[in-house]
Amino acid sequence: MNAIELNELDIFYGDTQITDNISFDIKQGESFALVGESGSGKSTILKAIMGLAPKWNGSIKVNNVARSHGIDYDFAAQCQMVFQDPYGSLHPRKTVDATLSEPLTIHRISDQNERIEQVMQSVGLDLSFRFRYPHQLSGGQRQRVVIARALILEPKILLLDEPTSALDVSVQAEILNLFKKLRKERGLTYLMVTHNLPVVSFLCDRLAVIKAGKLVEVTGVEQLRQGNFKHAYTQELYAASGGVIS
Amino acid sequence: MSEDKLLEVKNLRISFPTTRDRIEVVKGISFDLGREKLGIVGESGSGKSLTGRSILKLIRAPGQVTADKLSFKNIDLLAQNEKQMRNIRGTKISMIMQDPKFSLNPVMTIGAQISESLNAHNKLSKSEVNQRVIDMLNDVKINDPERVVKLYPHEVSGGMGQRIMIAMMLIPQPDLLIADEPTSSLDVSVQAQVLNVIDDLISKKGMGLILISHDLVLTSRYCDRILVMKSGEIVEECKASELANAKHPYTRGLLAAIPSLNETRDELPTLNRLQKEPI
Ligand SMILES: Nc1ncnc2c1ncn2[C@@H]1O[C@H](COP(=O)(O)OP(=O)(O)OP(=O)(O)O)[C@@H](O)[C@H]1O
Ligand SMILES: Nc1ncnc2c1ncn2[C@@H]1O[C@H](COP(=O)(O)OP(=O)(O)OP(=O)(O)O)[C@@H](O)[C@H]1O
Ligand SMILES: [Mg+2]
Ligand SMILES: [Mg+2]
Repeated sequence: MNAIELNELDIFYGDTQITDNISFDIKQGESFALVGESGSGKSTILKAIMGLAPKWNGSIKVNNVARSHGIDYDFAAQCQMVFQDPYGSLHPRKTVDATLSEPLTIHRISDQNERIEQVMQSVGLDLSFRFRYPHQLSGGQRQRVVIARALILEPKILLLDEPTSALDVSVQAEILNLFKKLRKERGLTYLMVTHNLPVVSFLCDRLAVIKAGKLVEVTGVEQLRQGNFKHAYTQELYAASGGVIS
Repeated sequence: MSEDKLLEVKNLRISFPTTRDRIEVVKGISFDLGREKLGIVGESGSGKSLTGRSILKLIRAPGQVTADKLSFKNIDLLAQNEKQMRNIRGTKISMIMQDPKFSLNPVMTIGAQISESLNAHNKLSKSEVNQRVIDMLNDVKINDPERVVKLYPHEVSGGMGQRIMIAMMLIPQPDLLIADEPTSSLDVSVQAQVLNVIDDLISKKGMGLILISHDLVLTSRYCDRILVMKSGEIVEECKASELANAKHPYTRGLLAAIPSLNETRDELPTLNRLQKEPI
């Protein structure tokens, strides 16, 4: 069964068309990457799946149910998003504790204290940060709060928008290992936007490449590992990503 | 102080109060900067952004900054009042903040904001200003700049926000640019093109650069020298081209944690965080 199905998706902001005829399916338990040009519509696609893009044509299905154009709370228990901009997606007057307990309260979950401590530990945030406000945290600490908030309801599907780009490579490695482990243990499905092809190589099964709102290529991770792409734009991305420290 | 020394930092300490005590998050670091590209890499939460902000005196109370020396081109920054600092910020020292969209004004269009940062220091005609803004956005590889100048910050993508911030900070041609994760949401090829624009200013104007980044491949290629920070201290300093031969176990651990394009390991190596000092 498919966790996410996009069919001929055109998304608009006002009169400007952002994506053009995007179609792909993601199987349950699959880890799927979306890569491509800055400004090409990657975050917009994730927002549309979450119900945060007001105007689109085509169809979006999550676990075989057609998505509406709005937000609903039941959906939040199945599918959560890590936003690209951690500062903007955290409320400036809410502590880490308030941010993490809010979804638990909405969904009437009782063992709040345990869950908060557990999720903070799993993203590598020391418990001493629990009562801090966003402006009292570093960029990477804020990013981990956003990841913890997405994990705390134990959703089956995660939409991840550049989830590790503000983390040092060792913390990144911990978070990527965590994602891999959760997927193995709980069968999670990931749709991850990243510009980091090595991260795709580590975590994903397939990747879609997007440029100027259009899908140029969908391919498997083996093709990525071998640098074997059909489209010139993907080749260019791959060639530029080959850097190693020597 | 020699002619090419732009910045001198001696024994910089930054602390915040807690319920019991003050805790130091930057613990007495010292470094110099010439007309060069200095990379600062290291642990998340190690004090990189605060170090950058302290140079511009942007740490607000209850945060506290002390140093034996903090000087920029023979100006003692510690002795400058807020009004004097406002003259230095932007014109002489610019900083690209880690959360670019958050540091842009949400109710002002992109075009108006970039023009403002240009106008503050130049007397140009309106059409000259508009042209400079469009040119600058083209330089940082923004597609369709005529459309983008009319957008508000929440209407641009993450990577566009980063490039807009770079355009805005470069347009007044500062002597020192502090760039905090300026290209973290750009793919490697656009990143290289944007860094070329910064390079131009370095070679033409002799600007100095402090580049804060988690991208070790980028800093080792692009910078001249690298500082590695961990828990508020500089644990290693090396020539950028020598990063692969770094000695400190922390730096070695970072190098080992980078995934590769052909990544088939089931788990990535991480630093053993149980060794982390208690706070
Ligand atoms: N609220 C909005 N109103 C108008 N235009 C918008 C809005 N949000 C995004 N856009 C436009 O949609 C396009 C796609 O943006 P999106 O954020 O999806 O890009 P992206 O692929 O995620 O890029 P990046 O890699 O830089 O984050 C951009 O041209 C952007 O200016
Ligand atoms: N206002 C504040 N009050 C208390 N502690 C703070 C405050 N601002 C920052 N800190 C702490 O200071 C430390 C250094 O923060 P800084 O933002 O400089 O880290 P960083 O090296 O830039 O990390 P990152 O790579 O994650 O952005 C962090 O542990 C952070 O939690
Ligand atoms: Mg985006
Ligand atoms: Mg920082």
